[in-house]
Amino acid sequence: MLGYLIAAPTVVAAARWGEEPAAAAVPTIAPTDLYDLSDLLTQAALPTAGLLAITVNPDGTASFALPRAEVGQGITTAVAMTIADEMDLPVDKVKVTLADARPELLFNQFTGGSNSMHSIYAPVRMAAAIARGRLLAAAARELNAAPSDLEVRDGVFTAPNGKTATFGSLATKAAASRTTLVRPRLKTRAQQRIVGTPQPRIDAHDIVTGRKQFAMDLDVPDALPTMLCRPPTINGRVVGVDNLAEVAAMPGITDVVIVEHNQFVPGGVAVRGKTFGQCIDAVRALKVRWGGGSVEGKSDGSVLADLKKAELPLTPALPLGKTIDERFTFHFRPGDPLETNCAVADVRADRAEIWSSLKAPIWAREQIALSLRLPLDKVTVHVTEGGGSFGRHLFCDAAFEAALVSKKLGKPVKLMWHRTDNFRQGRVHPFVISRVRVTHSAGSVLAFDQRHTGVATDFTQGIGELLTSMDTSLPGQNFLQFSETVFTLTANVPYNFGLVTQLLNEIYAFDTFNTSSVRNVYSPEVCTATELMVDRVAAAMGKDPMRFRLEFAKDDRMRAVIQKVASVGNWGRSMPAGTAQGLAIHSEYKGRSACLVEIDCRPQTVNRAIADAHTGPRVTKVVYAVDVGLPINPLGIQAQMMGGIMDGIAQALSYSLHLKHGHFLEGSWDDAFYTRQWNTPPELQVIVMPPTTGQPGGAGEFGVGTSMAAVACAYGRATGKTPTSFPINHDDPLEFVPYPTVPPIPDSPTDGLQKAKITRVRAKKKRAHTKKKTHSKKAH
Amino acid sequence: MPTHTFILNGKRVSVDVEDDVRLLWVLRDVLGVHGPKYCCGLGVCKACTSHINGQAFAPCSVPISDIRSTDRITTIEGLPATVGKDLHPMQQAWLDVDVAQCGYCQPGQIMAAVALVKDVQAQGRTVTDADLDQLRNVCRCGTYPRIREAIKAGAANMPALTVHRVKPKAKKHKHAVRKHTA
Repeated sequence: MLGYLIAAPTVVAAARWGEEPAAAAVPTIAPTDLYDLSDLLTQAALPTAGLLAITVNPDGTASFALPRAEVGQGITTAVAMTIADEMDLPVDKVKVTLADARPELLFNQFTGGSNSMHSIYAPVRMAAAIARGRLLAAAARELNAAPSDLEVRDGVFTAPNGKTATFGSLATKAAASRTTLVRPRLKTRAQQRIVGTPQPRIDAHDIVTGRKQFAMDLDVPDALPTMLCRPPTINGRVVGVDNLAEVAAMPGITDVVIVEHNQFVPGGVAVRGKTFGQCIDAVRALKVRWGGGSVEGKSDGSVLADLKKAELPLTPALPLGKTIDERFTFHFRPGDPLETNCAVADVRADRAEIWSSLKAPIWAREQIALSLRLPLDKVTVHVTEGGGSFGRHLFCDAAFEAALVSKKLGKPVKLMWHRTDNFRQGRVHPFVISRVRVTHSAGSVLAFDQRHTGVATDFTQGIGELLTSMDTSLPGQNFLQFSETVFTLTANVPYNFGLVTQLLNEIYAFDTFNTSSVRNVYSPEVCTATELMVDRVAAAMGKDPMRFRLEFAKDDRMRAVIQKVASVGNWGRSMPAGTAQGLAIHSEYKGRSACLVEIDCRPQTVNRAIADAHTGPRVTKVVYAVDVGLPINPLGIQAQMMGGIMDGIAQALSYSLHLKHGHFLEGSWDDAFYTRQWNTPPELQVIVMPPTTGQPGGAGEFGVGTSMAAVACAYGRATGKTPTSFPINHDDPLEFVPYPTVPPIPDSPTDGLQKAKITRVRAKKKRAHTKKKTHSKKAH
Repeated sequence: MPTHTFILNGKRVSVDVEDDVRLLWVLRDVLGVHGPKYCCGLGVCKACTSHINGQAFAPCSVPISDIRSTDRITTIEGLPATVGKDLHPMQQAWLDVDVAQCGYCQPGQIMAAVALVKDVQAQGRTVTDADLDQLRNVCRCGTYPRIREAIKAGAANMPALTVHRVKPKAKKHKHAVRKHTA
């Protein structure tokens, strides 16, 4: 299926596609060595690369509407740097905005697979070089000089006689500044002044002053706060509402309406009101009769049993050698960003306008047009900057919901999910088991078998547009067309391990659980299972884990990052009992990475007391080296690795969802133990390696798997026992009291002043309702 | 509908809104002040952290009826004015360290950081790692290490403890008096 996606206008795409090997038949040569997910996404984007245009404005700035999402990964900064460098403009003269959904871009407005820089670097440079070339020609005419005699710096051309012309003054004289068929001359690497230098985010000032606008900060006329009352079990459906009129009459509430379940909208009861606070009260007041959900009765244990039944058999054992065989369990993990799912929608009889942080805005626009029965050109989809993503924004759940509710009400809505719903009903990283068997003999690894079995990862966002989305939604196609492809094009073992066989199987339909490609998709588990087994094999061979990795690593790029973290991190230093170092490596996104971790698992650390907090083992130091091929913005890459490391620490040690009787128990950040300050490593160093390939690889997801694996390896070495279930605290007694499921969201607290230790001598007015203690914490 | 009056970022405001609406929604949905973010509404994530009379608090957990007419509420928008500059030293430190990624939690992080440093200064000492471990603000992007770095840098440039007094203006309704009209 993927063949026709990329066979479109370019011969290159088709030819490259043909290079993909039929199977991983050659020992140690994996499919990803020849063709990986980055290649696929970049080639899919290539045919429409010519539709990207940079505009030079009379004020001397250049503007570019980027067909990618900015969700914190820093793509707008990296693109601004690239344009500025190619055009000889200062970075602050380049204005990068997020493009509205443009269906004509086909597969070139999809943000996924950490592929943005890889796919857009060359086309953006091309467009920038064309713009600069036109300006240069106009400047030569204006200044009466040969183009080759002109100097250009910071948006100003200077002739030998000292006369100058600014980009701004030439903007209109350079005329039709649209891309045409010319062959621009790109700068050589040596001529680049900005690419490769550390640059702060272009939106940093807006962020620290509170001016950066997210979807819920937009002022769309009459778009009033809207929330949904959601079911007590995952994907439960509304049977009826007993007090609709009563709730509609509550203070501030303007509308209450039932939203039926469909493939794109889980359904519930929508309330619209003057403030979100009043919407929360209304949601809590609704008396809804619910039908069972799609996972009724399921719990962690039953899903695990189903996974084990579906595990594909291992390759028959080789007659020679010793084997090490282990199965690892990875529980459901949330994919929550800080900003909950949200969207603004203004749907009228003849048109619709949507605002949301979307990684697949073309699909959003096409699907919304289809659902609302509106012509495509009557639907406008604006892409807002997102408050994080981590896989959540590949889908357009909130946009679809907002469009539907706005249509039903005939009024604009500002729709937002409650945090508790975001954890319990939002898209999650699937539950996975990963079995690995390593066969070794006489100091060599002869075979590496991995059987990865997971709850289905929902890929029905396709490549971000309607056609692949619909195709993927057909029975069985999610797995056949996407899961297997993505797994095959990402999973790899970065070692010379003889015959490597990595196979995936998935259970349940794509929409049984609400899942998505959470940051780093399959790799956190693939990498963690692999690296823990590498430590086991190294031990069996009596080799130091670092030396073993150096010896078996596939290439010099990988050896370089291993050596870097080993030397900077002082690998092998003596450490007290209960503490240890751990090391892991990973190859993906056209890059190489190595992570060295130090962990403290001593009781006084594990049991340190912080109120309402999961403390546990503490990662005390992380040294991370990453080779992304060509680093565009080292400061931004360090930030992405840092974030990936915080993610990896959480996923190894503490961050998961407990499934019980068809619903998840976690409902807030004090239940789902993502890394907090008290878990943050006091020492952290990220080393961005010098350019190795000349092509920018991916960074946004690259920190997760490697660091998760390194933390797991360090934990194993500190405790003397290989951890096999993740996060390691998942099977311990719950450290929180779950919020009730009815009503689905907790009451808004009233103790904000007390918590801030502000005592009021006399109350202004005695409140009618006092705080109900619904969510007490167990003492540590 | 009751009218509530308080001092928001140095200006007196009045709003007509039900007593039990939490301050976060009064700020965001009624007054259009969007610096404080919603993230959990449970007093857990601290994304909405603002200051009341100079102390950090979570507006999502305070009914508007708890706010008095003399209370000075400062959101990220009003932080620079508390030091009489375009940027508070903590905001500048955030820029110098390039802390932010998506930026959603950062207004709350900065407001919490400023309050922490003031607390620590009031105790006559400097910020320690143990102090930083007490910060509860969630950052899903994982900017924690840079936050720690920025707080230490920002603290060094924060003025020694001063008390800012904002006198309520004599002409009560001169500034930004908005009515809840929807």
